Amino acid sequence: MTDLSPSGATAKNMAYPLNAWYVAGWDHEVNRKKILSRKIADRPMALYRTEEGRPVALTDACWHRLAPLSMGSLVGPDGVQCPYHGLQYNSAGRCTFMPAQKTINPSAMVNSFPVVERHRFIWVWPGDPMLADAALIPDMHQMGSDEWAGDGKTIDVRANYQLVLDNLMDLTHEEFLHSSSIGQKELSESDIEVTHDDRTVTVTRFMENIDAPPFWLKNMRDKFPDFEGKVDRWQIIEFQMPSTICIDVGVAKAGTGGLTGDRSQGVNGYVMNTISPVDQANAMYYWAFMRNYRLESQRITTELRDGVHGVFAEDEEMLTAQQQAIVDNPDHEFYNLNIDAGGMWVRRLIQRAVEAERTMLASDADLSDAKG
Amino acid sequence: MSQGTQLHWQRAVVKSRRAAADEIAEIVLAGERPLFTEPGAHIDVRIAPDMVRSYSVVEGAVDGSWVKIGVRRSPTSRGGSRFMHALEPGDHLEVTSPLQNFPLRVGAPRYVLLAGGVGITAIHSMARVLKRLGADYQLIFVGRSRPAMAFLDELHREHGPRLRLSVDDEGDVLDVKGLLGQVDHSTEFYMCGPIRLMDAVRRAWIERELPMPNLRYETFGNSGWFDPEEFELRIRGSERHTVVSPDESILEALERVGVEAMYDCRKGECGLCVVKAEQLNGVIDHRDVFFSEAEKSTDTKLCVCVSRVASCANSAGAGAEDSASTRATLTLDFP
Repeated sequence: MTDLSPSGATAKNMAYPLNAWYVAGWDHEVNRKKILSRKIADRPMALYRTEEGRPVALTDACWHRLAPLSMGSLVGPDGVQCPYHGLQYNSAGRCTFMPAQKTINPSAMVNSFPVVERHRFIWVWPGDPMLADAALIPDMHQMGSDEWAGDGKTIDVRANYQLVLDNLMDLTHEEFLHSSSIGQKELSESDIEVTHDDRTVTVTRFMENIDAPPFWLKNMRDKFPDFEGKVDRWQIIEFQMPSTICIDVGVAKAGTGGLTGDRSQGVNGYVMNTISPVDQANAMYYWAFMRNYRLESQRITTELRDGVHGVFAEDEEMLTAQQQAIVDNPDHEFYNLNIDAGGMWVRRLIQRAVEAERTMLASDADLSDAKG
Repeated sequence: MSQGTQLHWQRAVVKSRRAAADEIAEIVLAGERPLFTEPGAHIDVRIAPDMVRSYSVVEGAVDGSWVKIGVRRSPTSRGGSRFMHALEPGDHLEVTSPLQNFPLRVGAPRYVLLAGGVGITAIHSMARVLKRLGADYQLIFVGRSRPAMAFLDELHREHGPRLRLSVDDEGDVLDVKGLLGQVDHSTEFYMCGPIRLMDAVRRAWIERELPMPNLRYETFGNSGWFDPEEFELRIRGSERHTVVSPDESILEALERVGVEAMYDCRKGECGLCVVKAEQLNGVIDHRDVFFSEAEKSTDTKLCVCVSRVASCANSAGAGAEDSASTRATLTLDFP
């Protein structure tokens, strides 16, 4: 069922590449007040900061008896102490203290995962640390730009991360799932254009001369208080490997050039989404809504955050139910519609990465066997 | 990714050879099976049926399709480096898959990488990983003269101001104490180079009382102070005794005669196999890393998985004598 045909991608793939950056938490969640425990791609991690402020991610299990280090305490400038027998580790994961002996077993260490702080998030690389490259972190620059304002939240979603990616790559569902806020019938009446390269997939949808749905009418009136009439609406969904989707969304007064480059008569937002697989059936979904107008208004920041939170609650309910249905119907495949083109390109890029890692691991395993 | 420490031989073909510096050849090899490597790894090359040499891997393809090694032509070569410098594309040879005795760990607050001469071959890829991760690192490269120092252009290009050169014939000799004066307790220090340079760093490191686990260099195991010799093993309060041969450990001898001992790692690290030495005729050759130097000097306990006993007569190259008359004895005290 998960065999990858030469041309295609299986719809039900749920695997994730390990040699990739995933968000482990918001910047403020990783601190020196307490050690944060998060599982990313099946790897339990203990996250904290050093005295110098650098984020650290260690395997959340002591080398000795696997007690969770996240239950322990911070020691020294950059270390942690196991709560059970007091072993201490530095930020490279090397044991620096063992009880009742003068020396330290040089084999005693826990994994220290590559970590980078960027775009208000703490990114970790669960795979081979020697392959980690900070240049591969997705572009989410709006998160830390003077030209954009906004905020977001985290959804602890009881569904495979791929289902969240599917959801975001096809916004036709807004018409049915989010009818009271951003849905409208023109969504399914308009065409989409899908492009891709090795690491990105882009889905573009333009809707001309339509009524603004309630969410967008409110935004227009935040910027243009007397606004009445029709709008042109755009949705440009950009996926970046392995699980980040930034959606350029907005509306402009109809016929003022909003779809051809002049957005001065409109409002523009960016829905920033990055999804970290926890395990096969759970994901942490980090999102923010950023805007480039009325930057001074904290009221608008809060209203947009809460508004989008309400919309995404509708998605979460659906994703949870969908995951349960997948578990309950193990013999059933997914079938695809024309609207799934973006999501299917995403699956194909991810599956290629997963297959490449499996090939490497298989060769490695052969070697280990031979070494026996 | 997961290269081990055990030998797995395979055939490889030479893809290219070029001069990376005076007397240093850069040789690219492709194995019949993928050669997955990582910074700090080396491969063993069979030069002749009874001659094997180790060379650091400079870099390798992510898919394992090739590895690049650096080989310095030694003026005192007994054949190894001369053989390697004569290789031509298409030549076949026998190599191991990459072996890792010198792994780099990510996550330390600061790094110092010190390469002396051809030691840059092991350090080069470590520096590259740290750069990609945005780590705080300094790369120090010591050499006799610029033409003798490999990869200078690419090192400059990749590491810019993080690279510091120390070139002997330009009168710029590395001040080891000065360098270690800037190293703090959280810095990981990786070095590869001439023994004299590494000894100077080790001494200055101990003098500064910096944490020993943070000083990293390639080790080939603690082989002890004495050549292994046979000795007599007795158990206190037991009639059982045996002779431990040079190629057998005390633990193996105990197992052979049916004495049950606790152990785990069998490489002198964990300390589970420690037993009291009740009586000793000879000296204990401690080969573990569990006891501190002070503990080792008392000769009251030993790790039976690796440590041995040597007769004093056999120390420091004493002449061969009748082995029975000089044979050491050890009596172990099991509680």
